[in-house]
Amino acid sequence: MTDLPGIPSRRNFLKASAASVALVGVAAQAKAQGNAPAVAPLDQYQPEFLNADEWAFVMAATARLIPSEGNGPGAIEARVPVFIDLQLAGSYGTADMWYMEGPHDPTASADRGWQTPLNPAELYRQAIPAFDAWCESTQGAKFAELDADKQDAALTALQKGEPKLAPELSIFFTTLLANTKEGYFADPMYGGNHGMASWVYLGFPGARAAFREWPERHNIKYPLGPVSIKGERA
Amino acid sequence: MARQEKKKDVVIVGLGWTGSIAGIELAQEGLDIVALERGEDQSVVPTFKYPNQIDELKYGVRNTNFQHPSRQTVTVRRNEGENALPYRVLGSFLPGNGVGGAGTHWNGLNWRPQPVELQLRSHVRDHWGEQIIPDDMVLQDYPVTYDEMEPFFTRFEKVAGISGYAGNLKGEIREGGNPFEGWRSEDYPMPPMKTTYDASLFAEAAKKAGCHPFPAPAGIASQAYTNPYGMQMGPCNYCGFCERYGCYQYSKSMPQTATLDALKAYPNFSYRTGAEVLRVEMAEDGKTATGVTYFDHAAQEEVFQPADIVILSSYQLNNVHLMLLSGIGQPYNAVTGEGVTGKNYAYQMNGGITLFFKDKNFNPFVGHGANGQAIDDYSISQIDFGAEGFIGGAYWRAGTFNGQPIRSMPLPKGTPTWGAGWKEGIGEWYGHAMSIGSHGSHMSYKTNHLDLDPTYKDPHGRPLMRMTFNWNQNDLRMNQFQKRMMEPIAEMMGADSWQAGFKDVGAQYDVRPYQTTHNTGGHIMSDSPTTGAVNKFSQAWDKHNVFCMGAGNFVQNTQYNPTGMVGGLAYHTVHAIRTQYLSNPRPLV
Repeated sequence: MTDLPGIPSRRNFLKASAASVALVGVAAQAKAQGNAPAVAPLDQYQPEFLNADEWAFVMAATARLIPSEGNGPGAIEARVPVFIDLQLAGSYGTADMWYMEGPHDPTASADRGWQTPLNPAELYRQAIPAFDAWCESTQGAKFAELDADKQDAALTALQKGEPKLAPELSIFFTTLLANTKEGYFADPMYGGNHGMASWVYLGFPGARAAFREWPERHNIKYPLGPVSIKGERA
Repeated sequence: MARQEKKKDVVIVGLGWTGSIAGIELAQEGLDIVALERGEDQSVVPTFKYPNQIDELKYGVRNTNFQHPSRQTVTVRRNEGENALPYRVLGSFLPGNGVGGAGTHWNGLNWRPQPVELQLRSHVRDHWGEQIIPDDMVLQDYPVTYDEMEPFFTRFEKVAGISGYAGNLKGEIREGGNPFEGWRSEDYPMPPMKTTYDASLFAEAAKKAGCHPFPAPAGIASQAYTNPYGMQMGPCNYCGFCERYGCYQYSKSMPQTATLDALKAYPNFSYRTGAEVLRVEMAEDGKTATGVTYFDHAAQEEVFQPADIVILSSYQLNNVHLMLLSGIGQPYNAVTGEGVTGKNYAYQMNGGITLFFKDKNFNPFVGHGANGQAIDDYSISQIDFGAEGFIGGAYWRAGTFNGQPIRSMPLPKGTPTWGAGWKEGIGEWYGHAMSIGSHGSHMSYKTNHLDLDPTYKDPHGRPLMRMTFNWNQNDLRMNQFQKRMMEPIAEMMGADSWQAGFKDVGAQYDVRPYQTTHNTGGHIMSDSPTTGAVNKFSQAWDKHNVFCMGAGNFVQNTQYNPTGMVGGLAYHTVHAIRTQYLSNPRPLV
């Protein structure tokens, strides 16, 4: 059977259908493979807890704690700032599960645990301007406005306790770093680990949670990519 | 004035492992029983169902499955001179809450103590003389022997559904099992779990070093299983979500898979959740309890629940707290050494080595909480305490148990904690590291104890309990001994690099990193009312209708995870209640 120009034939119709199916298939697969639901670019994100200065700080600081350069996603690609904002807006930020009654001794040594009277949301709210003030006095600008090298130096100083923030704020760097890693590795439904990119980078299969035939497959790398709690795949 | 409920034969405080065991065994006697549980009801479905439970942030990091410190916590100080501060955020230990208790979120490591651990003072005296016991150590024999306990350990293992391979079957030592364990009247209810790659590498090296590796005993089903109560378990699929999680597929030993549904079928048993017991009430003569007062969270009021028998089966810390608040046993005084309640608080002394292999894939997310191969060659029964200068021992184990990346990211020493170097490190090393853990004994000391805090209060206005605890040189020396023994074996394994993490002499207790939820002692068993709070049947010496179950009974902690002994002691206690107490309520010793 010859296809006549300009006249739809059954064969062409079938070819077209197959192509459409293939295209639909690609789209479905792309979605299934973790092109996670469309989200607002970070510069258009409307924070629930953080104000504009705090958002600028969290964007800049997490971008240095887990930078975009090199292999694997950075905190920005993983949308860690969104995770931190949502955590601070929720029951973690308000320390709902913690014992927060006084009296408090924020000067206690670090190995006594969380002893500041501040909850995590209050900690970010007070520590960011205090640290920004230190950056301004020693580096001439707020943290977010420094170049990457100066930001790294400032974060290193913060980790070592050099800015001498108030004792209530001494746990800030530890908290910021822990929250950044949480946002990088947690299930994407919490706003970070966008597209499960950190899990792909590590080879962690997320919520697959079924490996009955694997304990005795010694020294063979598990081949399947991750799934999320909501069923996305990457 | 408190609302009053109808009197029951038995009130059970806390519906976890020991509470549900007491419930089911006493329900068989036809008694009218109510269990009061502070937390929420919990079932495999919907509480632990897939995929919701496979959430490291919510359960592994934010600790949602545990007792929330906002509701109940302790204060901690390292010595009498330090100001006790609240344990505000969970870290070092994770007490349970809700139906099933800590039995829902344990790893499943189910051990029995070694026979000498139950007669440790006698063992030391007979071999080296009492002069090797440090002045500050309170070393006592348990008032029960291994031989007395053996049928009850066996019973608990059948109910809980334990997988393993007996190394000592009625005195016959069997190749491939643990040659240093106490005798077993029967093999494990299920064959052992499979051996992952890391565990096989460790076992090979240990064997070359002359040690005796065996599969770690696991409260995890290696096959389909039905227990004596007709409860069923399904074989584990090695998902790695054991510790901190409830098991979504009925494979881990939990009250939900072993006891609860069978218990709920008894018409003479009922339970109330959101029922937080505030204190045990006493009769005017002070010799018996009349019941308990609890806070009903739904009604927001106090309720008095009268009962003939009170069973305290909440978590160890909460049991001791209730006893201190209710006047059960004289509170322990660390200065005079007198008193019993709060005495001999103990913990666990652990260390380990992490090894890094560029060319090996361990798939660390494939595993379970009790995975791996273990050795007991450096255990309590195998060490010359006189020559080594400490009292104690440890078992070692290697086996992947979770590859959850927020908490499980071992990196070689020198890797930066953030920045480009950290990101490169996690890409390079995730899946290429394994570890060998040393899980060691912890003795009891005059200085480590529990009492009521003078400053901090809980939401009901009750004083928090205060923990006075620090590491002791004896146990730290034991830990350093384990390090010296483990290093040559790690070296033999041919890793690209390895690093040891063992607390050294002088280490201070740090409440932040998770260590173990093996809080023991505080209402220890004893053969006299002046040395412990309860007798060998967990019966309060001074209130004969109050029975106090759980790891609070431990005279000093063993080198093992406590659940196997907690379960065995629970069966030992309820057997005594059934066969001796009900017909004639009285002090049994």
